[in-house]
Amino acid sequence: MTDVQKQIATGFTFTTDTYDQLTQSEVYGKVIGEMAEANPDIVVLTSDLMRSNKTGDFRKVFPERFFNFGIAENNMVAAAAGMAVSGKIPFLSTMAVFASLRCAESIRTDLAYPNLKVRIIATHAGLSMGNGGTTHHATEDIAILRSMANMTVVVPADSIETGKVVRASKDLDGPLYVRIGRSLEPIAYEDDQYEFTIGKSIMMRDHGSDATVIACGVCVKEAMDAADELKDEGIKIKVVNMHTIKPLDKEAVISLAKTTGVIATVEEHSIIGGLGGAVAETLADAGIGIKFKRMGVPDVFSVIGYPEELYARYGIDKEGIKKGIKEVLHI
Amino acid sequence: MGIKEFTTKEELLDFLDDKAVELRKEIIHLSAIAGGGHLGGGLSMVDVIVALHYHVMNLKQGDPRWPKRDRFVLSKGHGSIAYCPVLADLGFFPKDWLETFNRLDSPFGMHPDMKKIPGVEMSTGSLGHGLSVAVGMALSARLDNEDWRVFVLLGDGETNEGMVWEAVQAASHYKLGNITAIIDRNSLSLDGPTEEIMSIEPISQRWEAFGWRVYDIDGHNMETIVDTFDSLPPADNETPNLVIARTVKGKGVKFMEDNPIWHYSGLDGEKSEEAFKSIEQCRPARRATK
Repeated sequence: MTDVQKQIATGFTFTTDTYDQLTQSEVYGKVIGEMAEANPDIVVLTSDLMRSNKTGDFRKVFPERFFNFGIAENNMVAAAAGMAVSGKIPFLSTMAVFASLRCAESIRTDLAYPNLKVRIIATHAGLSMGNGGTTHHATEDIAILRSMANMTVVVPADSIETGKVVRASKDLDGPLYVRIGRSLEPIAYEDDQYEFTIGKSIMMRDHGSDATVIACGVCVKEAMDAADELKDEGIKIKVVNMHTIKPLDKEAVISLAKTTGVIATVEEHSIIGGLGGAVAETLADAGIGIKFKRMGVPDVFSVIGYPEELYARYGIDKEGIKKGIKEVLHI
Repeated sequence: MGIKEFTTKEELLDFLDDKAVELRKEIIHLSAIAGGGHLGGGLSMVDVIVALHYHVMNLKQGDPRWPKRDRFVLSKGHGSIAYCPVLADLGFFPKDWLETFNRLDSPFGMHPDMKKIPGVEMSTGSLGHGLSVAVGMALSARLDNEDWRVFVLLGDGETNEGMVWEAVQAASHYKLGNITAIIDRNSLSLDGPTEEIMSIEPISQRWEAFGWRVYDIDGHNMETIVDTFDSLPPADNETPNLVIARTVKGKGVKFMEDNPIWHYSGLDGEKSEEAFKSIEQCRPARRATK
């Protein structure tokens, strides 16, 4: 066995240092190898994206449980349904834009409607494909997936949390959509020694009660950095990692609204229907009228550029979040 | 194989023909109480699904979850009105459940729901998905070293869907000889003749070019149907099978045959009586000597 095979077969040992060097996809690839060792029903599917989804290591160790469906995503999704009804636990991967848009009906009708235990690991989400442009950006997927009954939608903040979600999926029935990025994104957590529960948000910064930023995905770390800098300017805010968009931690949203009276959401997604939409619905349903702002990609098709440039363009990086908070506070 | 043993082939064929007549009548009965149903495509698939469920497939009466069973996917989900009575007759649920067809909260509607109807292996209705689901089932059987087979019934117009061809290529790529697809070739889709709307011929050459073994048969001749399915190579062979069942839309009810207006329809009492009579008149001659 090669070193990689040994690592997977014996369980990969993570350290904070290794997390810094691993993309979310790479963590997924290694954790799934570890889980598959314990559970012979786990199968891994990809659509000619083995190298991008980082499932190649899995294939080396479990070649018979790895299926490449070629560039035919809908067939992969429906075949995953056929596997799930035959007792398998499929983890399938493709780029988020294809999973959510091209495969929307297959996911909705073949996975969500029969409530099957299939895990969709949607990679290259949001603007992470950068100069790939609109065809490869996924800025509608959260809105689409969360409107499907039975579906759980999770957007981990970093590589560490990606490992947590994949492991936590063990005890979750029904379909799960996990939205991850492409490259080495900044790490939001210091280590993996924290409790992660699907559906339970996490307070990342609690500098005061001037406002709350509710964020998901790569925007969590940006919001944390923004909060730290705002603190120096005398603006004291909280940052909450709302990693699970569905089911949303409504209790936390309502409690934060009451405590701080100001909420801003930030996500690498359209401002329509995603995290911001989910939080807004929760506040409106609860009859809570407060100062509120959604940060994300406005109602436009995203342009070409490196991800960091796009985050700046759409105001979801640290500087954009600081500006947004000041705006909502009228400072 | 089959849920019932027969001493002669003639007895088997008579039994299957009788079941087909009963099922055609049940379709008319259900469409009347349901206020409508997919009559044309329901009646055309009757002989094939009867042969499959009462003879070809390895099934256990009264046990829809028997692990060794062969799987059936009704990819043309709108054939539900012809399919669900078979499941009831196999003892998978009480027959009187069917009397709720199309009613509010009924398990039964135009398309079958696996979460509500015992024996339905996959919820279908959106055309083009079933063969892909069958690919997943067949891969699972291979992974588990199981010799159960997957049968999947497609509409002919359904093969216009691009996703079908994704599954056609995957089945041959993965050498899934444990899949048998059947095309209910009644030559009519909703808007008219398939060859006018969007042609699918030559079916044999198209599927053969994708690496499938093709049988082109009369989908209403019970002996031909039985002989064809009985001659399938063992499940561990490496070539997926396609049976083109040449059928007639509305088969068995003369005034419906080959007329696309009966794709989805309701029947009043008088028309129902006429349909029952027509089905009796079309009953095949008995083969077995008493």
